[in-house]
Amino acid sequence: MKIVVCIKQVPDTKNGVVFNPDGTLNRGAMDKVMNPDDKAGLEVALQIKEKTGAEITVVSMGIPDADTVIREAFAMGADKGVLITDRVLGGADTWATSSTIAAGIRNLDYDLIITGRQAIDGDTAQVGPQIAEHLGIPVISYAANVEVEGDYVKVDRQYDDRMHKLKVKMPCLVTALSETTTPRYMTPGGIFDAYDEKEVTVWGRADLKDLDDANIGLAGSPTKIAKASDKVRKGAGEKVNLDPTASVSYIMDKLTEKHVI
Amino acid sequence: MSLEEYKGVFTFAQQVDHKLEGVAFELIGKGKELAKDLGTEVTAVLIGSGIKDLADQLAEYGADHVIVVDDPKLENYRTEPYAQALAGVINEFKPEIVLVGATAIGRDLGPTVSARVKTGLTADCTQLDIGNFPLEPKEGVTQKPNQLLMTRPAFGGNTIATIACPDNRPQMATVRPGVMIKLDPVKGAKADIIEFKPDLTENNKYVEIVEVIKEAKKTADIMDAKILVSGGRGVGSPENFKILDDLAEAIGGTVSCSRAVVDAGWKPKDLQVGQTGKTVRPNVYFAIGISGAIQHTAGMEESDIIIAINKDESAPIFDVADYGIVGDLNKIVPALTEAIKAAVKE
Repeated sequence: MKIVVCIKQVPDTKNGVVFNPDGTLNRGAMDKVMNPDDKAGLEVALQIKEKTGAEITVVSMGIPDADTVIREAFAMGADKGVLITDRVLGGADTWATSSTIAAGIRNLDYDLIITGRQAIDGDTAQVGPQIAEHLGIPVISYAANVEVEGDYVKVDRQYDDRMHKLKVKMPCLVTALSETTTPRYMTPGGIFDAYDEKEVTVWGRADLKDLDDANIGLAGSPTKIAKASDKVRKGAGEKVNLDPTASVSYIMDKLTEKHVI
Repeated sequence: MSLEEYKGVFTFAQQVDHKLEGVAFELIGKGKELAKDLGTEVTAVLIGSGIKDLADQLAEYGADHVIVVDDPKLENYRTEPYAQALAGVINEFKPEIVLVGATAIGRDLGPTVSARVKTGLTADCTQLDIGNFPLEPKEGVTQKPNQLLMTRPAFGGNTIATIACPDNRPQMATVRPGVMIKLDPVKGAKADIIEFKPDLTENNKYVEIVEVIKEAKKTADIMDAKILVSGGRGVGSPENFKILDDLAEAIGGTVSCSRAVVDAGWKPKDLQVGQTGKTVRPNVYFAIGISGAIQHTAGMEESDIIIAINKDESAPIFDVADYGIVGDLNKIVPALTEAIKAAVKE
């Protein structure tokens, strides 16, 4: 069995974000990590590998520096790694990104593709389902308890007030959630091998077949950014620092004034 | 076909078990505004099995037209037959705008459909306007009028971006539930109803639903509450939420909470307000012991009146609060409850 796991290198927003003067994000000034949902997806793949002996190939699209998340995946137990990187692919929206990654995956053998539900930079949750659409395979998003049974994958799909237990024939794509899967740590031996023993395969535009130039990069992205900015907050109202009794009177006055009570 | 030939604002009228979701009406409300700016009309797209009779409700909330796709295959939500249905509607009727709720269903359906009809999709929008793209005239670029400008938070609510889709149709967006405002229903209003039968041929993408496990909703939906009494980590313990329960009961409100409270296991996820929880806009929002990270304020700053109680006077919640009280919630909240009880008695 062959599993492809898509992983993305993202700025770590845990310690806040850094802005350029023009209001766009200063990615260079922020730490970079493997996207949490993608890491959960890799863990799901590793658990399947432990049961079935599957081979895991991680695929990432990004700048050359994204090599580090592929090495991290090696250190966790991934077998092969592909980095899709080319200047002409930059600035891609979800349509262009999914078109590009799908073209890369067409170069590989796969039974199961796992992506994270969404990346913490864009939060769109679009690229996984769109890769499936480009490849013409079924998708189950927000997948928990992914199990392989023969040629089928069984998945729990959570909705607002219900859960669907689903079964689908491979090849298929599922998107994984960090809430339901805790990824393992890298092993010391794994980290050593990741840098000394393993090679990251690097593909540029020329390695991607069946991919129209009209569907890649900034120019091939249907959505365009009109404006990006630091979030403008509502603006503070009044702030008082009173003893508890006066505080209560203050709130009561406001509630009465606004006809709440 | 030229872009100008795509006409009309279409909204996905999400229903589950023959019950329309609130966001279905919210999208019609927003859709009416956009349609007015564009000189066009709103069409609600109703997909399911045995659901034709729901069309009248959509009409009462403002839909000019309702396209009904009714088929037994659409009984339970599954990505593929629903994508066939919505993509089929788009290909047949060529709308210029398609709005879908950013629900667990919409965030699955939207990406698949947008890829299928080869257009862009902007996720989790909190604001929609009609305007020029680029916003300002730019040398060497033709400024296009009447574009859908889609504004959304990104980076966990730390930034906002406005996005356009100038060269593809339809312009598609998923919209956060609770953000747009539904119109007051007009009883007896009727829409023009179109029954449409797209190709729903079974293919390899049909997944099998082995079992549907319904979970009874244990709590009131915080998105429907007029008054929310929301607690954060500063409340101190799950037991101490009792003082918030008491306040909520006295004032006729509902208790909600911040992400920290859910992460600590004090309250269930469906009470969580914020970027990764629910967006709420009650008449009154009490933020009690909530520091007010952007993650949280992104989900509540549209509330009419925000009252914050926090002992830390530099807490960012005070930057969005209409009335900020620096003080000890353990002393203020119970006294406030008593004062409200006394006032109500009078």
